[in-house]
Amino acid sequence: MKRTLFAGIVLALFLLHQDIWFWKSSGPFLFGFLPIALSYHALYSIAAAVLMWALVKYAWPSHLDQYASESDPLDGNKSARGVNTPQIGGLRDKED
Amino acid sequence: MIPALFVFAYLAIVLYIGIFAFRRSRRAGAEDYFLAGRSLGPYVFLFSLFGTNMTAFSILGSSGHAFNNGVVTYGLMASCSALIIPLTIFLVGTRLWALGKKFGFMTPVQMFRDRWECSHIGTVIFTVQAALLVPYIIIGVMGGGTTLSAISGGRVPYWFGGALVALVVMCYVFFGGMRGTAWVNTFQTILFLCFGAIAVIVIGSGMGGFKNAVDALRSAPATAALLSRERISPLFFFSYSFIPLSSIAFPHIAIFCLTARKMEQFKRTVIFYPICILMLWLPCCFLGVVANRMTDAPQIQRKLEARRELAAQGSQLTPDERDSLREKMGADDVLLLLLDRYAPIWLAGLLGAGIMAAVMASDSQILALSTMFTEDIFAFYEGKARFGEAVQVYTGRIFVVAVTIVAYVIALKAPQSIFELAVQYAFSGYAALAPLLIAALFWKGSSKWGALAATVWTAFAVIAVAVFQASIPAPAPGPPVVAWSLGGIDILSRTPGGTAVLGFMPVAPMTLVSTALIVLVSLLTRKPAPQTIARYFPK
Repeated sequence: MKRTLFAGIVLALFLLHQDIWFWKSSGPFLFGFLPIALSYHALYSIAAAVLMWALVKYAWPSHLDQYASESDPLDGNKSARGVNTPQIGGLRDKED
Repeated sequence: MIPALFVFAYLAIVLYIGIFAFRRSRRAGAEDYFLAGRSLGPYVFLFSLFGTNMTAFSILGSSGHAFNNGVVTYGLMASCSALIIPLTIFLVGTRLWALGKKFGFMTPVQMFRDRWECSHIGTVIFTVQAALLVPYIIIGVMGGGTTLSAISGGRVPYWFGGALVALVVMCYVFFGGMRGTAWVNTFQTILFLCFGAIAVIVIGSGMGGFKNAVDALRSAPATAALLSRERISPLFFFSYSFIPLSSIAFPHIAIFCLTARKMEQFKRTVIFYPICILMLWLPCCFLGVVANRMTDAPQIQRKLEARRELAAQGSQLTPDERDSLREKMGADDVLLLLLDRYAPIWLAGLLGAGIMAAVMASDSQILALSTMFTEDIFAFYEGKARFGEAVQVYTGRIFVVAVTIVAYVIALKAPQSIFELAVQYAFSGYAALAPLLIAALFWKGSSKWGALAATVWTAFAVIAVAVFQASIPAPAPGPPVVAWSLGGIDILSRTPGGTAVLGFMPVAPMTLVSTALIVLVSLLTRKPAPQTIARYFPK
């Protein structure tokens, strides 16, 4: 439910980026000098920061922390395994 | 010449930071040199990741683009990045970090090789990534030469400026590795964010207030359109939304995500990234637009005349004459001209150093290329097993020197416009490679053949666009030259600014086709073994 809600908000914010309603107008001017195409997108950037705050606060992928700290089930020793050996994971086929 | 002295002092400081970072590194391992021992703290992580993403283009290019195209520049390039870049860091960056920590990966290709059980396909991906990254490094060296020459009023020649910048970058990357690069980027970002704000106030006051400048722009028919977006099509505007996908696919950004000490470090970066974009891009774009009011400066006057001539007589001119006018319209120096005119000399010097900081963002790309070469090629093809980790780090350092020298030699001989175009292609190319990362991290059903298809398509599409643009000269401002239409619909056109496919920029179809290919080919081909998938997608 939370995931769907955030996906919907992200999509809505993405669509709000395409602000065709202000396309041909230069005004109104924020503070008397900032054209609407700039002030709208400046506020849009702030809205993006607020959304990011909400994502961090309510949808932070904390399970990844635990996942990262667990040992690799294949050999249990990431530092000794050596990710560059061609036999990595023991699963690589050589077709390519 | 005084601003140039500030730049020299700045170069000495960043050199010292790099050497200080070298002294601070206690271990000699590859992970310490290439990833700062995965130990970066929250603020260094935020500022250096932002600084890594903000190249010369973000400062000089954005103000130059805004000078000629108006306020649309911020919406095109900055605000969509303010949403998409932190979102990809949140979704993709954190997963990359977790996988790097768990499996010891140091490059994206290492992860692809393990995730999709492939070897030489990884080498193909490395080759395409490296080919798209090299123009960045070259343009960084060129930018150093040009900026130093401009700041010193021509007293420092281009060859010397380029050599000095290349030498400084090479030294701190050589000695400091990722730690030195991250610290330098942090210093650079703070410098520019602080002095950028001061510059806006000083220039605004020097111009007699921004309201007066904007009112004057509104009242002149030639400049009124710069305050709205009427000259840009909504489809073109929408296409630009695909470009920020390139950020996380750039190897230097993906590799940077592996340097955080804890996943917590991502939180501040994700939240404050849009604010940093706002603080940097809004002043640059706005100042670029209002620079059109500085008509008493001969350099600005020449640019405005070239723009007027191209608009009025462009269709009657030869392609070479149009290119010559476009070159005269080039406005990447407007910020420097504004500073020269309105800022006191000490502030112009400090800001010149800040601009130099952005120009020198090629440090991360040099280090990323070195990391990729030593990990994805040298170590993968048994070099590490045969010669040991110390030789691997040594090889990485030699590679840094070699890449910098080659970049400098090319920068001396080749025209800058070629590499500016190449960088444009690089953004589209990396955006089209982004589906690889997303498929590897989020889709169990993806396969190495799907990844190969998307990679080959990306390489093909980048070359095809380059050949198309080289074979059909850019038309004058106005309707595009239609190269292929079907049933009355324009499929492929040459526009004044590049190429349009069904009215979109090439990046849109490139990314969509890349996504379709990775999905379709993966559905038709064999997946990795269940044990491998279980390691990446635990229940």
